[in-house]
Amino acid sequence: MAEFWATYVWPTVVIVAAIVAILVPLLLSVAYLTYAERKVIGAMQMRKGPNVVGPFGLLQPIADGLKLLTKETIIPSGANKVMFLIAPMFTFSLSLVAWAVMPFGAGLVLADINVGILYLFAISSLGVYGIIMAGWASNSRYAFFGALRAAAQMVSYEVSMGFVIITVLVFVGSLRLTDIVLAQENLWFAIPLFPMFIIFFVSTLAETNRAPFDLPEAEAELVAGYNVEYSSMTFALFFLGEYANMILMCAMTVVLFLGGWLPPLDVAPLNWIPGPVWFALKVAAVLFVFLWVRATFPRYRYDQLMRLGWKVFLPLSLAGVAVYSGALVALGWVP
Amino acid sequence: MAFLDRTARALLLTELVVGMSVTLRYFFRRKVTLNYPHEKGPLGPRFRGEHALRRYPNGEERCIACKLCEAVCPAQAITIESEPRADGSRRTTRYDIDMTKCIYCGFCEESCPVDAIVEGPNFEYATETHEELLYDKEKLLANGDRWETEIARNLAADAPYR
Repeated sequence: MAEFWATYVWPTVVIVAAIVAILVPLLLSVAYLTYAERKVIGAMQMRKGPNVVGPFGLLQPIADGLKLLTKETIIPSGANKVMFLIAPMFTFSLSLVAWAVMPFGAGLVLADINVGILYLFAISSLGVYGIIMAGWASNSRYAFFGALRAAAQMVSYEVSMGFVIITVLVFVGSLRLTDIVLAQENLWFAIPLFPMFIIFFVSTLAETNRAPFDLPEAEAELVAGYNVEYSSMTFALFFLGEYANMILMCAMTVVLFLGGWLPPLDVAPLNWIPGPVWFALKVAAVLFVFLWVRATFPRYRYDQLMRLGWKVFLPLSLAGVAVYSGALVALGWVP
Repeated sequence: MAFLDRTARALLLTELVVGMSVTLRYFFRRKVTLNYPHEKGPLGPRFRGEHALRRYPNGEERCIACKLCEAVCPAQAITIESEPRADGSRRTTRYDIDMTKCIYCGFCEESCPVDAIVEGPNFEYATETHEELLYDKEKLLANGDRWETEIARNLAADAPYR
């Protein structure tokens, strides 16, 4: 009996506790990301943003969440009911599943698998399915157009993202996220790989359907894109999934280019701060740039978006792979 | 050369960086938000808000039932009925304004020979039902009593320009 407990029950309890320890702060930060978004964009438009609900409007996300929860879930009569309901759950759970391999600090990772980056990349690609399912199941033109756009966009930008990841991997020599972070102990990859860093950042914007690449939800011509027909909790799940994906992409940027949980310099006052705090700070900084970009740039046109993806980023990132790996071989620095 | 210039700009993201620095500067600017229910913007003396019927200082109502406002009202929101009072003066027995028809043009105030009907400075009278916005004489007179100070000040401020 004692063996049963030690081999089956106890590990399960530990894993569930770890999952909760990751998901609760994650969902809280998703909620407060919406608040931060409204505050940052407000400030950049010389407004104050939400400031009525609670001190500085801090309870606004909770009020919004409660509002969504109490609303009616409307299922269009023409919709494919099962798919319609599965799509948001699928999107939401995918955006959470990816966090399993994210290293929050030295040793602080749920599953330190040796193909972590491949796993992340695969999961982020799967996100397209949720959107396509939502667009198709809604049985509505706007939703379908939005879904098609989102899918095309995500697939296009994934290609150049893949090449950028390859460049990083060439420098590290391992697909394990922990190794990628530790390889940046002396120098963050953002410095030697700066052009790739920019390409990766812009691609993550496109990948998460954020401004200026938020065509799938272009209010003007598509109403709201693939989630027009969704209301209440189903909409909230899409929303949460989208924002969790944003945080995930920022975390990926931090792990690949900004030294993960490592302090900027390994000197006395900086390395007293624990790793997860550095990680959170860096993710927050990248997220700020996400919001900043949204407050700055107008939306791309669809053909411009595709041109940028296939005719600019793809050749550039491909050239980057060739140049950087060529340099590594020439200098004999291949790890 | 122009090609080089353009390519360099595109590759170095000059325009994007300039744009983002502009928004970052605005991020730290003083905010212009008015905390509405607690702070309010200034109103001019000609502001056309909620209607009110005024009285003379001795308490006598100003309106003499000439029905000019009813005639001029482009939305036909005003309904007036009148008959002579016991002392022989003509006064309204009914003075209704349908606030949901009113377009707030101010013609009623403009046409009134005795400054009886005015549009006061109040604009916060939203209600939950339509019926509450069908104002009768009693409500309009009450408005007049309530807003008389502000209305008199506004009329005095605007008088030199008429």
